[in-house]
Amino acid sequence: MSPVSDHLPNGPYGPVPRKEDARFVRGRGTFVDDIKLPGMLHGAVLRSPLAHARIVSIDTAAAEAHPSVEAVITGDMLAGRNLAWMPTLSADVQAVLATDKVRFQGQEVAFVVARDRYSARDAIELITVEYEPLPPVIDARTALDPDAAVIRDDLPGKADNRIFDWAAGDREATDAVFAAADVVVDCDMLYPRVHPAPLETCGVVADMDHVSGRLTVWATTQAPHAHRTLYALITGLPEHKIRVVSPDVGGGFGNKVPIYPGYLCAIVGSILTGRPVKWVEDRSENLMSTSFARDYHMHGEIAATRDGKILGLRAKVLADHGAFNGAAQPTKFPAGFFHIFTGSYDLQAAYCEVTGVYTNKAPGGVAYSCSFRITEAVYLVERMVDLLARELGMDAAGLRMQNLLRPEQFPYTCPTGWVYDSGDYPRALRAAMDLAGYEDLRREQTARRERGEYMGIGVSFFTEGVGAGPRKQMDILGLGMADGADLRIYPTGKAVLSVSCQTQGQGHETTFAQIVAAELGLSPDDVEVVHGDTDRTPFGLGTYGSRSTAVSGAAAVVAARKARERARIVAAAMMEVSADDLEWTEGAWRVRGDPEQAASIAAIAMAAHSGLDLPDGVEGHLDTETVYNPPNLTFPFGAYICVTDVDPGTGQVAVRRFIAVDDCGVRINPMIVEGQVHGGLADGIGMALMQAIAFDADGNCLGGSFMDYLLPSAVECPSWELGATVTPSPHHPIGAKGIGESATVGSPAAVVNSVIDALAPLGVRHADMPLTPAAVWSAIQGRPLRSDLAITD
Amino acid sequence: MQIAVSVNGTEYSRVIEPRLLLIHFIRDDLGLTGSHWGCDTSNCGACVVWLDDLPVKSCTVLAAMADGRRVLTVEGLERRGELDPVQQGFAHCHGLQCGFCTPGMMLTARWLLDRNPDPSEQEIREAISGQICRCTGYENIVRSVRWAAEHESAAADRDHHGLGDGSEGDDLA
Ligand code: FES
Ligand code: FES
Repeated sequence: MSPVSDHLPNGPYGPVPRKEDARFVRGRGTFVDDIKLPGMLHGAVLRSPLAHARIVSIDTAAAEAHPSVEAVITGDMLAGRNLAWMPTLSADVQAVLATDKVRFQGQEVAFVVARDRYSARDAIELITVEYEPLPPVIDARTALDPDAAVIRDDLPGKADNRIFDWAAGDREATDAVFAAADVVVDCDMLYPRVHPAPLETCGVVADMDHVSGRLTVWATTQAPHAHRTLYALITGLPEHKIRVVSPDVGGGFGNKVPIYPGYLCAIVGSILTGRPVKWVEDRSENLMSTSFARDYHMHGEIAATRDGKILGLRAKVLADHGAFNGAAQPTKFPAGFFHIFTGSYDLQAAYCEVTGVYTNKAPGGVAYSCSFRITEAVYLVERMVDLLARELGMDAAGLRMQNLLRPEQFPYTCPTGWVYDSGDYPRALRAAMDLAGYEDLRREQTARRERGEYMGIGVSFFTEGVGAGPRKQMDILGLGMADGADLRIYPTGKAVLSVSCQTQGQGHETTFAQIVAAELGLSPDDVEVVHGDTDRTPFGLGTYGSRSTAVSGAAAVVAARKARERARIVAAAMMEVSADDLEWTEGAWRVRGDPEQAASIAAIAMAAHSGLDLPDGVEGHLDTETVYNPPNLTFPFGAYICVTDVDPGTGQVAVRRFIAVDDCGVRINPMIVEGQVHGGLADGIGMALMQAIAFDADGNCLGGSFMDYLLPSAVECPSWELGATVTPSPHHPIGAKGIGESATVGSPAAVVNSVIDALAPLGVRHADMPLTPAAVWSAIQGRPLRSDLAITD
Repeated sequence: MQIAVSVNGTEYSRVIEPRLLLIHFIRDDLGLTGSHWGCDTSNCGACVVWLDDLPVKSCTVLAAMADGRRVLTVEGLERRGELDPVQQGFAHCHGLQCGFCTPGMMLTARWLLDRNPDPSEQEIREAISGQICRCTGYENIVRSVRWAAEHESAAADRDHHGLGDGSEGDDLA
C-alpha cells in the first residue's frame, strides 16, 4: 500500500495536506442541510406513484388545513406565474410540478411548505390526486414502435418518442474499411442506467427578502454561476439580485449540475411566504428523480486484419433519456462526447449513430463522472477490442499494444475530429503490465484453468477529453465554458484567489492555493481560495467534466502570472533598475547577475500599496483578474488491469487486484490525484458488478433505495495499486490535465473484461453490467439477463 | 415527551415528538450538525454515533430510546483541544474528500481501535463495511485507521471519552 506520491518529486507541487480537513474531521463543515435561518420553513414534495398517467384532479384542502402548513403549491398555481415548466440543460423543458400528466414514477406533483420537516411530510400525505393511468413506455427498444404511447404530447406536434438522431464520423469510408477487412466482430451491449448517488442528497435553502428584492439560494450545486443565470431566466428576477451559495457539498459526481424542480419550489415557497424555505430530498427521491447516467443500448462492430491491425469501428446507439431531455451537456453534442469512441487506437475510419428516445423514466443523461459520455465510449471500444482479441486468439494486452497510438503521432486528430493533445500510451500500458506482473498472471491463470478455477485478467486502456471547453464549441444553455479568476494580493503579501468552480471533495482550497503559491513564491498557507459563492467569485461554468484544474486552474495560473508581471514593474521601481534587468528565480524578482538583489512578492506587495513612484500607467496594487478560454480539451489517459476470481456455481465475482496507471499530465497535489483515482475505481467496481437502476413493466423504479441500488463498500474493493506516468499537456499553462473522472471512465471495462476472461472456458462471450451473481450465473447458462428490466420467469 | 440525554458529556433535556429520530434530534434540536444523514434505509452509515459504548445508525434509533443514555458524536472526539488520533489519521492520510461520510467512519474507527488496537486491513474493512463512502474508494480510510493505530500514544491512559466508566464525562464539557 505504498502511495505513488512517495515516489514522485516534490517540486513546487506535492502531497501537501488539505486545508479543508481541519473543519471536516471536527464535524464543522457547513452542508446545505446544516443551514438554519431564523423563521425557516421546510418543504416536501409529493411525487407520482405512477410512471405515466393523466392528472384528473388534485385536492389540497386537507393539507392546507394542517396546522403547521404555510403553503401548498401545485402545478396549476405555478402555471399562473408561468413557472410550471423550466428549461432543461438540453434545450428541452421539464415540468416543475405536473399540470397535465405525470411522466415517470417519482415525478414532482405538489409541494408543501410547513413549519417543520415532519409536518411537511405529514401534509403531503393529505393531498389527494386522482390519476388516469396511461400505458407506460419502459423498454427503450420499443419506444419508437408506431403504437408506443407518446410521452411528450406537451410538445407541439410531437407524434413519437424520438428526441434526436445524431451521427459522427465518415460513414462511407468506414463502410469501405469494413468491406475490405479480414475480420469483423460485433456485439450488442447495454451500459445500464446508473445513478451517481453522492452521499449527501440534493437540497436547497431559498431566502427571498422582499424588502431588498434579493434572493439568496444555498444549494448543493456544482455550478453556482450557471444556477444563478438559470434562476434569473426562469423566475424573471434580476440576476444581480440573486446570490447562489454552494457551501460544503457532500459529493457531486454530476448529480448536482442541473437544477431540480424542488429547488424552484423552495424558491417559490419563499416568495409566497416571505420566509426562508429549506428543501432536502431523501435518498429515494434522489435515486428516483434526479439526474441518472448512461442507459446506452449499443451495437458495436470492429474491423481488423487477421494479424491484429485494427482498421475501423462502427457503433449504433439507442440512448434512453427518460421523460425529459435533461442531459447536462454542451448544446452541439446531443450524445455528449461519445464520438471519441475510437479511443486510444490508430485506426483508419469510424462512424457512429446515436438515437435519443423518451421513456417513462426519470430525466437526466450524462451525470456520473462520465466526462460527457466518454464512459460509454470507452466501455464500447474496450469491450470490442477484447472481443476481437478473443476472435483472433491474441492476448488482450498484446493486441492493444500493437494498436495504441504512438507518441510521435501527437497531436493526433482522431477519425471523428478530436485533437488529442499529448500522450505516450505504450509507456503507460507497459507500466501497468509491469506493476501487475502481467506475464506471471497469465501463467497463473493457465495453471488455475487446468485445476478448474476461473480467474480473469481484464485490461482496459482509455483516453479522455476533459476540461470543457473552448467556448466556441462548448456551452451550457448557451453560456460558453470559459472561467474567470480574481486574484488579490494584500499589502502584507497574503493572497486571496476567487474562482468560479466549486469543490465537492476535490480539495480545491488546497490545490488552487498550491497553484498560486508556486507562481508567486508563496506558501500555500498564504493563499486563501474563495469559491462556491456567486457574490464573491467571478463568472464561470462550474465543476464537472473534470474541468476545474483544466480550466479554472489555468485561469488561476494566468491571473498569478499577470500579477507577477505587474510585480516586476514595481520591483524595478523599488530597486531602481530596469524591469528588463530582472528575472524571476527562486520565488523572487532578482537582478540578473546579482541574485542577492531581490524582492519577494510580499515586499513588492507592500511597495505596490505604498506611495512609491511608479512608471506612468502603472496604478499600483497587484490585484489581477482574468478569463480563461481553453484552446482545446486536455486528454488524460491510462492503463488498467483487473484480476478477478469467479465462482461459476454461484456467479459470485471477487476483485482480487486492481492496477491503475494514470497519466493526467503534471500533478499539482499527487495525494489528491490518487484520491480521485481511488474513488473512481470503486465507482467502476460498483457499476461493473452491483449498480443498476432497472424498471418493471409498469415503470416502477427497482433501484429506489440503497437496499436495492447496491453501492460498493470497503469489502468489495481491493487495495488499489496505482502507478503514474507524466505527459504534460502542451497547451495548459502548467501542463496539467483533468483527473476527476478518469478512473470512473476507464475501470468498468477492465472489470467486465476480467470477468468475461474468467468465463471464457465456459464459452461466455459477453454479459451486460452489472455482473451480479444472477447475471453471471445466467450468462454461464447461456441466457444473459437484460439489466434494464425486471427479471422475469 | 421529555427526554434527557448526555451528548459528548453535556446533559440535554428536551421535549420531543415520540417519533423523532435520534439523528434529527442531534442535528436539528441540539444543532450538532457534524453527524449526517444519507439514506432512508440504514444502509449508508453517515449518521453513525455512539449510544453508550456502541456505534449505532442514529437514523434508525428514536431519540426517545436515547433517554438516560450517553451519546458520542464527532464533535466529542476532540479532547482538551487535541484531535483524536483517528481524526489526525484521516487528515494525514487523505481519508476524506467531501467529508460527508467522515464523522461516521471516524466513530466506527474509534470503536474498533478501542477493542482492537492493531487491526489488520481486512478487519478495518469489515468494521466499516456497513458504511458507504462515495469519494475515497476506502483505500485511504483504511490507511487512516492504520495510521491512528500506529500513533495511538499512551492508549492505556485514554479515558475512553469518559464514556466507558459510567461517568457522565464532565471533563469533555
Ligand atoms: S442515514 Fe443512517 S444509515 Fe444512512
Ligand atoms: S468522503 Fe465523500 S462520502 Fe466519504
